[in-house]
Amino acid sequence: MSEITSARHIPDRLDSPLSAALRSWELLLVLVAVAIFIANSLASPYFLDPWNLSDATFNFTEKAIIAVAMAFLVVSGEIDLSVAGIIALASTLMGAVAQTGAGTGTLVLVGLGVGLGCGAFNAVLVTRLRLPSIVVTIGSMSLFRGLAYVILGDQVYKGYPADFAWFGQGYVWWVFSFEFVAFLILALVGGIVLHRTIFGRQVFAIGNNALAATFSGVHVERVKFILFLMTGVASGIAAVMLTSRLGSTRPSIAQGWELEAVTMVVLGGININGGSGSILGVVIAAFVMGLITFGLGLLNVPGVIMSIFIGLMLIGVIAVPIVFRRLAALRRRG
Amino acid sequence: MSLIRTLLARRETLLLCAMLALLIGVTARFPEFATPASLANVFHDTSILIILALGQMAVILTKSIDLSVAANLAFTGMTVAMLNHAFPDLSILVLMGLALTMGLALGAINGLMVWRLNMPPIVVTLGTLTIYRGLAFVESGGAWVNAHEMSPAFLELPRAVVAGLPVLSWLAILAIGLSVLLFDRTPIGRAFFATGGNAVAAVYTGIDVGRTRFYAFCLSGMLAGLSGYLWVSRYAVAYVDVAGGFELNVIAACVIGGVSIAGGIGSVAGTVLGALFLGLIMNALPVIGVSPFWQMAISGAVIIAAVTINARAERSVGRNILRRKEIVL
Repeated sequence: MSEITSARHIPDRLDSPLSAALRSWELLLVLVAVAIFIANSLASPYFLDPWNLSDATFNFTEKAIIAVAMAFLVVSGEIDLSVAGIIALASTLMGAVAQTGAGTGTLVLVGLGVGLGCGAFNAVLVTRLRLPSIVVTIGSMSLFRGLAYVILGDQVYKGYPADFAWFGQGYVWWVFSFEFVAFLILALVGGIVLHRTIFGRQVFAIGNNALAATFSGVHVERVKFILFLMTGVASGIAAVMLTSRLGSTRPSIAQGWELEAVTMVVLGGININGGSGSILGVVIAAFVMGLITFGLGLLNVPGVIMSIFIGLMLIGVIAVPIVFRRLAALRRRG
Repeated sequence: MSLIRTLLARRETLLLCAMLALLIGVTARFPEFATPASLANVFHDTSILIILALGQMAVILTKSIDLSVAANLAFTGMTVAMLNHAFPDLSILVLMGLALTMGLALGAINGLMVWRLNMPPIVVTLGTLTIYRGLAFVESGGAWVNAHEMSPAFLELPRAVVAGLPVLSWLAILAIGLSVLLFDRTPIGRAFFATGGNAVAAVYTGIDVGRTRFYAFCLSGMLAGLSGYLWVSRYAVAYVDVAGGFELNVIAACVIGGVSIAGGIGSVAGTVLGALFLGLIMNALPVIGVSPFWQMAISGAVIIAAVTINARAERSVGRNILRRKEIVL
């Protein structure tokens, strides 16, 4: 203790004895993204075309919107595995409402409302009944998607209004799609809320030590409740975009997306045990994953193989720093 | 009186009562559902779930979770089916041994990452879940192995009737018997409980917590590998998406059976009853004329209901004597 500071600084990132490269996890991610970008543009002469790049963003913006909301939840020490189930239920109910001839505005409200309702369902179970979020959301994941199956069976909903397609296929300006612009705005807002507001500090405080946060006057359960609502609404937004982009709904829609959203969050440097991380990291991680899957798609790699890459990435991202830390500790000792 | 009260407080009694009520309700309308042959069929149908749930129980007891069991099952099942197609003369016992070994190896990979690298089990097994299923695609190229491509012996073993029951049912009974011995009568079995109950106390009593978790993942993987062969043989087809999402049913069986997701609490009897409860519901649905599309929603609702009941039971009874009391605000 060389000096006593007036207000104790709580760092966003706890694992400070890491190597310098890891302290700037975001920089590392940017380098990876640039490398993939260069590799892709060398591999295919069409890659650098602005419209092609714009197409590439459609691959990941919906998942990335969920990942930004999920980042809050993971920082607070919870997780939501039901996001893909929420998309399935929201999309199915939007389809059901569309069959009655409802307009675009109603459909969007249904999508967001279902997301909010599902988020509230998880939130009540986790914060009011104090159940572990991982089991609750494993259960609600199959409950939500199961309800989609009950409603739709092996059928398919089509026939969405023509102007509904704009949310998933429309462009705001030149090559910038509505999806992409919405993602950037939501990420910016998310970054400001998590890193520059009292609410954001409370999320970090809860993730670091929920008991200490309680004693410091943070309404832990209320904050967590809001976070589950946020993830639910983000899934609702993703459901509107995805349904609009595909123009049809099956109960198997967005299968496995919870895994990809969690991978983006972890790849973005958010500690899976809560308490540290940044939105910027998640955003860059979303670009990295989007570029990888798009690049593999250009090389005609089948989807299952891509999911192997994602699985390896999820494990590697956590394992590699641990291995490096061990090696560094060994070198210091030896 | 107190004996009755303790019995009533136990999850096993509760589950038995619920199952009886369900059985009576269905049988009142459809008498053929409760015949011994039909009930034996329910057990036969649930055998694989029971075997997997017993492995999962070991993992959950140590405060971990194994989401990769169904993917392990698919990968191992595809491997033995392809081997059987390529070498029809290979003995079934060799194939079963191979399935056990391969499942064990896949489980050990999970366990090593949890033990040596201290990684969160949920992340590890979420990752290996996609990797193992992806590898099943890589080795098969997405092709199916159909019944006519499997040898008669390969298909015959699980359904061969010995002493009134098919071999698959006997394997489940064997697994239950061995589990009772393992969990209640061996040091490693008690170490599973201690590791999840209170890791600090476990370390002070000389238990290697990481190694115990590793063993739990090995057991879960080994049983998943065996189930890979059983599944492929029972349904006489192997493809990449075999048992997709089945890990949720396995976890549901444990949670329904009273295994605490926070670790340290659970029993073999509870887990088996939890699996049978799910099996009974799934078998009763078509009988009472409910669309099979309800299955997923029902398992989800049952998981949530079970975990809610578990949380209440743990708070009031305190079956985990080792756990430190948390400050309740």
